[in-house]
Amino acid sequence: MSKVSRRKFLAGSLAGGVAAMLAPVKKVLASGDFRGFPDGMGVLVDLTRCVGCRSCEAACNKEQGLPAPDLPFDDDSVFDETFHHGTQKRRTTEKAYTVVNRYEPKDSDQPVYRKVQCNHCNEPACLTSCFVKAYTKTNEGAVIYDEHVCVGCRTCMVACPHNIPAYAYSKVIDPVVKKCIFCYDTRVSKGRPPACVEICPAEALTFGKRKDLLRLARARIKSSPEKYQQEIYGEHTVGGSAWMYIAGVPFEELGFDTTLPNEPIINNVKGFLGMVPMVLAIWPALFTGFHLLATKNKDHDHHDDSHTGEGEK
Amino acid sequence: MEKLADYGIKPLAGAKKPSGGKWNVMEKLFLGLTLDQYIGQVVRNKFNWLLAAIMAVGIPFIIYRFLFGLGAVTHASNDYPWGLFLGFGLFCMVPLSASGFMLGTACEIFGRHDFEPIERLALLNGLLGYFFAVIYLLVDLGQPWRLAYPMVYAWGPAAVLFLVGWHVAVYLSVQVAEVSTSFFEWIGWPRGKEFIRKGTIGLTVSGIILSTLHQGALGALFTYAPGKVHPLWYSAEFQWILFFTSSIFGGLCMVIAVSTIVIKTMAWRCDDRFKETLDDLTIKLAKGASMALITYLVIKIIAVAHDNEWVYLATGWGAWYLFEILSGVIAPMILLAYGIHHRLVWLVRIGAFMAVVFGIVLNRLNTALIAFNWKLYQEVPHVAEAIIAVTIFVIYIATYRFILNRLPILYAWKAQPDAVPAAVAVSASPEREQGTPARA
Repeated sequence: MSKVSRRKFLAGSLAGGVAAMLAPVKKVLASGDFRGFPDGMGVLVDLTRCVGCRSCEAACNKEQGLPAPDLPFDDDSVFDETFHHGTQKRRTTEKAYTVVNRYEPKDSDQPVYRKVQCNHCNEPACLTSCFVKAYTKTNEGAVIYDEHVCVGCRTCMVACPHNIPAYAYSKVIDPVVKKCIFCYDTRVSKGRPPACVEICPAEALTFGKRKDLLRLARARIKSSPEKYQQEIYGEHTVGGSAWMYIAGVPFEELGFDTTLPNEPIINNVKGFLGMVPMVLAIWPALFTGFHLLATKNKDHDHHDDSHTGEGEK
Repeated sequence: MEKLADYGIKPLAGAKKPSGGKWNVMEKLFLGLTLDQYIGQVVRNKFNWLLAAIMAVGIPFIIYRFLFGLGAVTHASNDYPWGLFLGFGLFCMVPLSASGFMLGTACEIFGRHDFEPIERLALLNGLLGYFFAVIYLLVDLGQPWRLAYPMVYAWGPAAVLFLVGWHVAVYLSVQVAEVSTSFFEWIGWPRGKEFIRKGTIGLTVSGIILSTLHQGALGALFTYAPGKVHPLWYSAEFQWILFFTSSIFGGLCMVIAVSTIVIKTMAWRCDDRFKETLDDLTIKLAKGASMALITYLVIKIIAVAHDNEWVYLATGWGAWYLFEILSGVIAPMILLAYGIHHRLVWLVRIGAFMAVVFGIVLNRLNTALIAFNWKLYQEVPHVAEAIIAVTIFVIYIATYRFILNRLPILYAWKAQPDAVPAAVAVSASPEREQGTPARA
C-alpha cells in the first residue's frame, strides 16, 4: 500500500492512543471511593412502626415463588423460635429471603420487631468476593446475581457481614446461593417498590432514592428526638447500604452487629490484592537472581545424584 | 515386604532385571514380585486392612453425598458455609504441602544439592497435598462440574478466590511436571525427563511465585470476614503473611513427619543414600523450620499488638489462642532448637509433629471453624461430614504409599541392576549414582 495510507494509519493510531490515554484520567479523578450510584434506590425501615404482622414475609414468599412455610405467615409462634441452644433467632434461608424477629429490649416496655433481608450494600462484600462475578450492583441499587454461573463455593456467605445469603443445600443437581434481590426483575427495575414495601400496612418501610431516604430519616429523628436513636444503621456501616434502619432502642439490642467497620469489606482485602502484582513482577527476577548468585562458580550440573553430601559449608 | 526381604527377595528398583532383560509395566506395578508374592504381602500388612475398612465405610458416604446433596451429609448451615471439607481439607492440606516449593527452591535455586535425597519426597508431598485439597474442594462445591467456570467462562479477577483457583490449578500442573521426572524414569522414557529438567529453574521460580500468592491468598480469604473471625485470629494487614510464613514451617515439618513415618514403616523401600542422609537432612530441615517459626511468632505478636487485642488474651478465647501458640509454635521451637543443638533427631521429629498438628491444623481449624462466628454459636460438624473427611484422607494415605512403593522417590532408579560393574552403568546412564555398593 502507499505511504499516505500508512501515515494516515499512524496518525489515526496516535490520535486514538491519546484519546485512550485522556479518557480514563477523568474517570480516575472521579472515582477512588464508591458510595453507591447517585440515583440508587433504597428502603428506610422504621423499626418504631413495625408491628410484626409478617405480611412482608408472605408477600416476599408469593412474589419470589418460594415454597410454602412450615407454619402459616399469621402464626405468631415463630417469634418464640430459637436455634442453637437459644442463642439464635430466625435468619434468611433458601426458602425465606426475609424474616421478621421479635426482640424485648430492656429500655422498652413494648417488643420491637426487626425485618431482616439483604441490605443491598453500596460496595457489597458478596460481589467483591465472588470468583465468577455472579453478583451485580445495578444502577437502581439492587444486588442481584446470576445463578447460572454460581459454582457453589459459598465464599459470599462467608464474606457477607450481615449473614444474608443462604444456600440451597437441599438441592442435588442445581444448588445455588439464594437471597433477596430487591424484587429487581419484577418490580424495582420498572420503578415499582418491592413486594414487602408495597404490602406493609404500618408504613414501616419506605421506598425511594437512597439520598432522599437519608433526608427523611434525619427529619424523623430531628422531629422526635425522644423517640429515635441518633444513628441510621446502614448509612455508613460497611460502606453504606440501600436498606437502612432507624430505631427507638440501641441497635445492638435488636441483633444488629454494631461492631462492623464503616469501610466496605473489600478494604480489608486490598492490602493483599495490592501485593499480588508486585510479587508477580518482582519474584521472577529476584529468585532467578538468587539462583545466579548462589550457583556462580559452582557446578551448574543439576543431575540428581551428583552432589550427595555437598553444599553445606 | 520385610518378610520377603528375609528370604532375599528385593523390590524392583531399576529398569532391568538381574538377568539383563527389561521389566515391563505390569511387573513394575507388582514391584517385581510374582502375583502370589505381591498379593501375599498386601494381605499380610495389617495397615492395608485398616485402610480398606475405613474406605469400605466412607466411600458409600461420598457416593451418598453426590446422590443426595451436601445437605444430606452436613448440617446445611448458612452461618458456617465452610465445614470440615474446606476447613481441614483445603486450609490444612495446602500449607502442609508447601514442602514442594521449599525444597525445590533449596535444591534448584540455591544450589543446595545436599537436599536432593529428600527433594523428591517433598515434591511428591506437595503434589499429593494439593491434589487432595482439590478433591476435598470438589466434594464441598455445590456444583463441582462448574469448577472450571472461573478459568474459562465467568471471570471475577478482583476476588481472592479467583487467584486461589487459578494458582492452585497452575501450581498443580507445575508440580505434576516436577514429579513427572520420577515417573519418566520409572516408565523408562528418558527424553521426557530431559525435557522437564531443562525447564527446572522456570518451573521452580513459578512454583515460588504461585506458592507465595496462594498460600497468602488462603489467609486473605478470611479478611473478607472481619465481623466473624475472632479478632485474635483475624488481621486485615497480616493475615496473608501469617498464612504464608506458617506454610513454610508447615511444609518443612510435614516433610520431617512424612520421612519419619516412611523410615519407620517403609525402610525396605528407602535406599542407602536416603537412610544415611536422613538424620542429617532432618536437622537441616529443622533449622529452616525454626527460622519460619520464629518469624511467624513475631508476626503473630505484631498482629495482636497492631490491632490492640491484648484484652482478648484474658478471655476464654485468649486461653485457647495461647494454647495454640504454645503447643504449635513455642513448644516446637524449643524442641527443634534443643534437638538441633544436641543433634537429637527424635526430639526434632516430635517438634515437627507438634508444629504440623497444633501449628498448622489447629490454627487453620480455629480460623475457619472454631473461632469463626465466635459471636454466634459453635458448630459441631455432622458425623457424616467427619467420616467423609477422614475417608478422603485415608485415600490420600493409600495413594501416597502406592506411589512411594513404586516410583523412585525414596530410592535412586538404577538403569542397570547392581550386579553389573559400575563402569558399564555410568556409560549407559549419566543420571546414575556411581559405584552403589552391591547389597548382600
